[in-house]
Amino acid sequence: MASVEFKNVIKSFGDFKAVSDVSFSIGDGEFVCLLGPSGCGKTTSLRMMAGLETPTSGQIYIGGEEVTHLHPKDRNIAMVFQDYALYPHMNLADNIAYPLKVRSEPLARRHARAKEVADVLKIGHLMDRLPSQISGGQQQRTSLARALVYPAKVYLFDEPLSNLDAKLRLEARGFLNHLQRDMGMTAVYVTHDQAEAMALATRIAVMDQGRIVQFASPIEIYRRPATTFVANFVGNPPMNLVPVTGTKGDGKLQLKADGLTIAALLMTDAIGTALAASSSLTLGVRPEHLGIATPGAANTITAPLFANENMGPESLVTIDRGDTARVTARIFTDDHLDLGDTVTLAFSAEHVHLFDHHGNRIPGTND
Amino acid sequence: MKFTLPAFFGRMAFSALAALIGAAFALPLLWFLFAPFNGRAELGLTIPDPFTLNNFVTVFGNSFAVQALWNSLIQAVGGVILVGSAATLAAYALSRSSIPGKGAVTYILLLFSSVVSGSAAMVPIFLIISAAGLMDTHLAVILTFAGGLLPTAMFILRDFIDSIPKSYEESAMVAGASPVQAFFDVALPVIRPGIVVIVVWSFVNIWGSFLIPFILLRSDSNMPAAVAIYSFYSEAGTPVVTLLAAYSLIYSLPVIALYLFVSWKFGFRFFGGIKA
Repeated sequence: MASVEFKNVIKSFGDFKAVSDVSFSIGDGEFVCLLGPSGCGKTTSLRMMAGLETPTSGQIYIGGEEVTHLHPKDRNIAMVFQDYALYPHMNLADNIAYPLKVRSEPLARRHARAKEVADVLKIGHLMDRLPSQISGGQQQRTSLARALVYPAKVYLFDEPLSNLDAKLRLEARGFLNHLQRDMGMTAVYVTHDQAEAMALATRIAVMDQGRIVQFASPIEIYRRPATTFVANFVGNPPMNLVPVTGTKGDGKLQLKADGLTIAALLMTDAIGTALAASSSLTLGVRPEHLGIATPGAANTITAPLFANENMGPESLVTIDRGDTARVTARIFTDDHLDLGDTVTLAFSAEHVHLFDHHGNRIPGTND
Repeated sequence: MKFTLPAFFGRMAFSALAALIGAAFALPLLWFLFAPFNGRAELGLTIPDPFTLNNFVTVFGNSFAVQALWNSLIQAVGGVILVGSAATLAAYALSRSSIPGKGAVTYILLLFSSVVSGSAAMVPIFLIISAAGLMDTHLAVILTFAGGLLPTAMFILRDFIDSIPKSYEESAMVAGASPVQAFFDVALPVIRPGIVVIVVWSFVNIWGSFLIPFILLRSDSNMPAAVAIYSFYSEAGTPVVTLLAAYSLIYSLPVIALYLFVSWKFGFRFFGGIKA
């Protein structure tokens, strides 16, 4: 196991900057998820760790040793690919044992070791099959077994669960979580699925347009998103963002928007700085912190009902404030609501997030 | 399924018509199968009478014709090895490396390929081979065919390799394999169906060619079978049908054998069933 470090890494493809000036360090035994939408540079970053891409500039270290221009075979890493990349002409035993074959282990030893790993992953009875003769979930576990068959410094995962159906994905996710904690491996995991990142990572690096927007623990990212981008990306459904106009009155912050009633908030220096730059702010409230308003609620948003989706234990109630500015609430009751009914949602001041006109979090709110 | 009466007759008529058209194509093939065993074969289709193997005995007694079959084999196998290995390596490089303008290179090569083994370039090819001192050698024929077939072979293979995910070799390299190991352990077995197509295609091309060996070779002992067929013509230029038919049958067997072997061993199919 080893640490991983990026120092001012830039990767350009022609004029396009896939990764622009990224620096971070991942500690020994950490499970870090690179999270972001497609094209944000997360897979490119992972491929540079593996040595499958060379950075345009900057340095990469694995276990304190510089590997920036080292060939993948000399990095002693393991990687699970999105398409599994199982060799179609080899049976499962040879597929799993391939890393041992290139390390010149004798045949009997490598097959014994492959069987050992396969048994843990419950594919030990399939060792004679070809990859095309097993199911998708078994293919996924085979590619995982091939990565685990030898002790690597760092384990890299490139969206390994995205080809599985929902039930298998949950099962595999739980298994990966257990495995990483159990082995104490250093793992870097690329995903666009925020639930996967939240469930697996000890820390998440949220990426957007080639940059790391926030690098923090899952709970920190959930509680204190650094920007509106992070707020809008993490959470299911994501945080509601309402553009508001802020004014200072009576030493307090007054927020105004259509259909919004909110008690004045305590003024801080940070809010003062943000207001000085621009009076247009963004108010964020998570769907799980919204509820159907009871009479006399202090903080409410009112608009006609857009959709009411019953998910079993909870309902997603969405109201439409016009111009597709929608607000969604997760509500644990099954009140009957009709399309076009005017619905008032309430929230408490402690769950309010505030962002300045650049979309950056205003520190101090809800900390 | 139940047919109405008109539909039934319609299908009968269609089948009869199809059989008639099929027969028109089958007749020459039948002649090709019957005539070699016929002691008095002519250009008309007849049941062998008397049935005899004498035609084959005479053909195998003709040492020039037998040597020619051997020559054909040397030239075809030599050409196939050269085209197969060079096309595989070149196509792999063109597909996987990031050489700028590699697309243009492939297309320009393809354009020129029709020139190299075409009759338009016969004079320059003759001059080049002559200047290289390769006149009247198997190597001359092999090199000329390699030049003519390689671009198309590269083009077909590159397309095939492009469709194979890079992650195969990438996973091998991450697992600790050198690029050469990754190529032989992983990439080569996966692209083998494509190579087999190239091998069969170039074998058939060289085996059946007449003009290039006819021009580049001088001595009887180097001529391939396609040229040697002319030894079964009388001096007046009329074919000796019995011997010609027997020799033609022998001449076509290797191609059929190659096809059957490949289809038995490799099956002209690609690996499937892996989700991408």
